[in-house]
This record gives sequence, C-alpha cells and structure tokens, in this order.
Amino acid sequence: MNPTTNALRAGLRRGLIELRATFTNGQDLWNYFFPTAVLLVAVFWMRGSTVPGTDFSLGARTLPSALGMGLLFGGLLGLAQQLIIDREDGTLLRAKAVPNGMLGYLVGKLVLISAISLIGVAIQLTPGLFFLDGLRLGDPGAWLTLAWVVPLGLVATLPLGAVIGSVIENPRNMGLVVLPIFGLIALSGIFYPINGLPGWVQGVAQVFPLYWLGLGMRSALLPADLATVELGGSWRHLETLGVLGAWAVLGLALAPVVLRRMARRESGSRVAARRERAMQRVG
Amino acid sequence: MTAVELAGATRAPDPPDSDVVLDVRDLRMRYGTVDVLHGVDLTARRGEVLALLGPNGAGKTTTIEILEGFRLPSAGAVQVLGTDPARGDERWRARLGVVLQSWRDHGKWRVRELLRHLGDFYAPYSTDRIPRPWPVDDLLATVGLTAHADTRVARLSGGQRRRLDVAVGIVGRPELLFLDEPTVGFDPAARREFHELVHRLADLDETTILLTTHDLAEAEKLADRILILAGGRIIAEGSPDQLARRVAGDAEVRWTRDGERYVHATADATGFLRDLLREHGDRVRELEVRRASLEDAYLALVHEEETGIRTGRAERVWQQEGNR
Repeated sequence: MNPTTNALRAGLRRGLIELRATFTNGQDLWNYFFPTAVLLVAVFWMRGSTVPGTDFSLGARTLPSALGMGLLFGGLLGLAQQLIIDREDGTLLRAKAVPNGMLGYLVGKLVLISAISLIGVAIQLTPGLFFLDGLRLGDPGAWLTLAWVVPLGLVATLPLGAVIGSVIENPRNMGLVVLPIFGLIALSGIFYPINGLPGWVQGVAQVFPLYWLGLGMRSALLPADLATVELGGSWRHLETLGVLGAWAVLGLALAPVVLRRMARRESGSRVAARRERAMQRVG
Repeated sequence: MTAVELAGATRAPDPPDSDVVLDVRDLRMRYGTVDVLHGVDLTARRGEVLALLGPNGAGKTTTIEILEGFRLPSAGAVQVLGTDPARGDERWRARLGVVLQSWRDHGKWRVRELLRHLGDFYAPYSTDRIPRPWPVDDLLATVGLTAHADTRVARLSGGQRRRLDVAVGIVGRPELLFLDEPTVGFDPAARREFHELVHRLADLDETTILLTTHDLAEAEKLADRILILAGGRIIAEGSPDQLARRVAGDAEVRWTRDGERYVHATADATGFLRDLLREHGDRVRELEVRRASLEDAYLALVHEEETGIRTGRAERVWQQEGNR
C-alpha cells in the first residue's frame, strides 16, 4: 500500500469522524445555528425593503451575499482557528509524531471545514426559501453557478486560513484578523449595495475576495436583471474568476511553505509552553 | 539486565551492528548564547530501558526532542535507529513511538476511534517481523482501557488519559519508544499501574525505551541503566546498583552522650567511630551511621544545580567523575 494514498484515505476518514463529532456536540451546534438564526431574523426584517433602484426585496439580496460571507468565515477564519487550537492543545504534534500524519491531518481539516461550509450554506438557504421571494433555486443555471463559485470560494479562502492559522500562535491574537474582516464586510456590499460609496472605497473592496464571494453568490441565486444594479452593471463572472483565482494562487503558493515551517517548529516543549500560557489565561 | 560500561573507563567503539538503537556523540545545543547541552554521549542497545534523570532545566527534554527529530541540534553526531533524526523520513518515523504529554487534544473522539485512526497510518510500514499497527482490541487490553473503548477522550480520568497516550505511542509497534516525564501529575496508584505497563512493554517485543524523569525512585524501578544529566552533560551513568555503589559520599554519624545529641559528617566513618568509642566508651548511646544513598547524592546534585551554590558535597559524592 502506498503510504501517501493511505494517508489521504486516513485523512478523509479523519474529516468524517470530526464532522460527526462536531455535529453531535451541543456547544458546536449552538455555534453553527445561533449566527444562522441571527442572520435569518435580520433578513426576515429586511424582506420588505427594496434594493435601491429596483422593487426587489433587500432581504432576498442579502441572503446570497451573506452565504458568500459565510464561505470566507468558514474557509478562512474556520481553518485558521482550528489550526491555532489544534496547535495549542497538542493535536498537531500528535499528527507530527505519526508517519505521514501531517498530510492526514491537513486533508482531514480540509474535508471537515469544506463540509461545515457546505452544510452552513444549506442551513442558511433552506429556511430563507420559505419567506423570501425571487431566489431562483429552480433554475439549473443557479446550480451551475453555485457549482463553481462555492468550490472556488473555498479554494481561495482555505489556503489563506492555513497561512493565518500558522502565523498566529496565540488564540487571543485572532482579533487581529477578525476585526479587519468585520471592516471589510461593511465595504463589500454584503448587507447593502456599495454603489453609493466613494470610488476608492469600492476599489479597495474589490481587491479582497469577500466582495467577489458575495457577488458570485448573488449571481447564482438572484434573477438576471438584478445584475444591472451591481458595479459595472453585470455579474462580472470573468472578474470574479480572476480575483478569486488570484487569491487562490497566492494562498496555494504561500500555504505549503508556511505550514511546513510551522510544522517543523512544533515540539513537546512548545506545546507545554502554550499550555502554561493558556493556564495563566484561565487562572 | 544489561552489562553496563563504567563511565570514565575508555569506551570501546560500538560495533556497527544493528543492535545499537541509539548512538549519540558529543551532542551540543545552544539557544542564542546559552548552552543547554555541552557534549552529551549516550548509547542504547535493543531492548534496553534507559532513564535520563536530572533536575528541571538540565536539558532532558531538549535531548529527547532532538532524538525524536522535533528539534535540530547545534552540533554532534546523532544516530537513531541508524538514521540522523534531522534527515529521518516517514519510514524512519514509523519505527519510533513518541508518548506525548496530553492535554485536551482529540477530546471529542472516542478512545477506539482515535487508536484505530492513528494506527491506520502505520499499516504501509508493516513488516513480516513487526506487523503494524497493533490490533486495536489487543492494544486496549494491554493498556487496560477495554472498558473505556467507546468513551470520549475528554471524559477519561488523568490516569486513563495517560494510558491512552502510551497506547498512541505504541500503536505502531515502535522499535524505540520515547517517554518524556511520563508520570508527572500521577497519583501513586496511577504511577504504579504505569510502571507495570512499561515493564510489560520492555518484555514484550524488545522495545528499547528512553524515558526522562526527575524522580530517582521511578528511574530505579524502571531502568536497566540510569543516565544523570546535569548542567548539560551526563555526569554519571550505570545500572541503579552500580550507581549506588559508586556513591562515595560522606556518612552521617549520630549519637547521644550525656543526654545531648550529636551529628557528625565524615568520609571515614569507621575511623571516626573507633576514635569516638575509644574516647567516650559507654557514654555513647543511640549510635547511628548512615551512608549517603544514591538518593542523597542525587538530591545534593539537584540542590547545587538549582541554587547555583557549590557546596562541594555533590562533587565528593560523585568523586569518581573527577578522574574522567
């Protein structure tokens, strides 16, 4: 048996075991469903307002945008957080002590985070269908667009999450990443179109993946004529592909280097030092 | 028990046979400007249990992490299972077992699930002589966790978790097993169970075991050979018996005379007693002579290392080292 294939398979099983564990854990379930509930309530109250320049429901525009945001949260923050926690509690060192364990670990994490992200999309979208009008889920074209936007979104965000999770060692420093992302949400047209913002702000927003994740999800789920109120008056699929692809390439180029460096430095005494620090935090 | 070379004796070069599992020469480690290890030498043969003993900060963990391949040494020749750990590949890693300090990793996993999963990685490295991994049910029985096979890891008690750590360390049927301070935080019962487990392992498949501890009693119980690491070098090594015989320290003489208590430390207890009895005869009562034990010697050493105050006692106790 080829050790690499064997480790890939073990990684897949690892992802599935962790998926089952997380969806049978009360605390984790609360962490998944509470934000979903908040989002759905917000969208529910926004359903009567309209997208400026149209008579289309603002709520129905916000839900797909928020699904795009969810991909960023899951892929980038989710993976980063898992890496930081797993390094602190020694999971990663255990993987390192096993032959090809790091490969198995990483595959397991990618499977887990991707599955959580997809399940997240489903549990946010499904209830929304019952009270929002205009989402074109019956259209095969919608599924076709989802079929490339969602995987591309994950490929663009997961490697970035791996880089961030490798660079940040102290869970407390996650705020350094979370705060800018909250700022970015305001700029990226998730909850309200950014057509009214100054041109340079629009420019900044369009450098980052979040804007394009929201746009891509809107292009999949909203009627075609809603494209006219987007920047540039179209869904700009080529540009979406270009920017998300560029982030994916950047992340995939950086992540292996940074992950390898992080893994090489892992040792029992580093885990012990982090444990000491965490104990002080708790005590 | 294995024959032991006396430290200080000229060591014959080890024959290049495959029985030498660990071979470390002049290992040095420097962090910034601080030297943590200055020239550690150690060897282990197949099936030997070695205890690396020393006070906190002596460099035990650094040494073991270098041997595990988790840390690069500053200088020295290190061979672990015939390979330099810095260049050890996954095939090499599959022959090692590392028992890590657990904390709260894999808390949501069930015991059997975790052992089966980690064991899966060793399957491609199975050989005719050593089938890998260890079948999970046998392994659970060996470490005494059969009743907890379906318990979530987070629900195990401290002693059970430690046994799980050992199970994880041996699931790949290692030829060489590293145990870094395996019994820290154990209650006496858990400690005893753990010692039995280590004995069983050493007797099972000629597993070579290197463990670190700062507990001399534990080292005496578990090890064929003890290496005392202090100040970044190995200052004494031998079987527990040999070390005890080498202790050449002062004896303590206590007695009472006319209702008063006396204590005197001397290197020549016999001569001192002869003089004492000749001078005071029958008035000497409750006479007691206590030779320095291995533990006294070790504690003196630890005390010097920790306080930085050289009383000279440790040096006298380990005086044979002076001839090195």
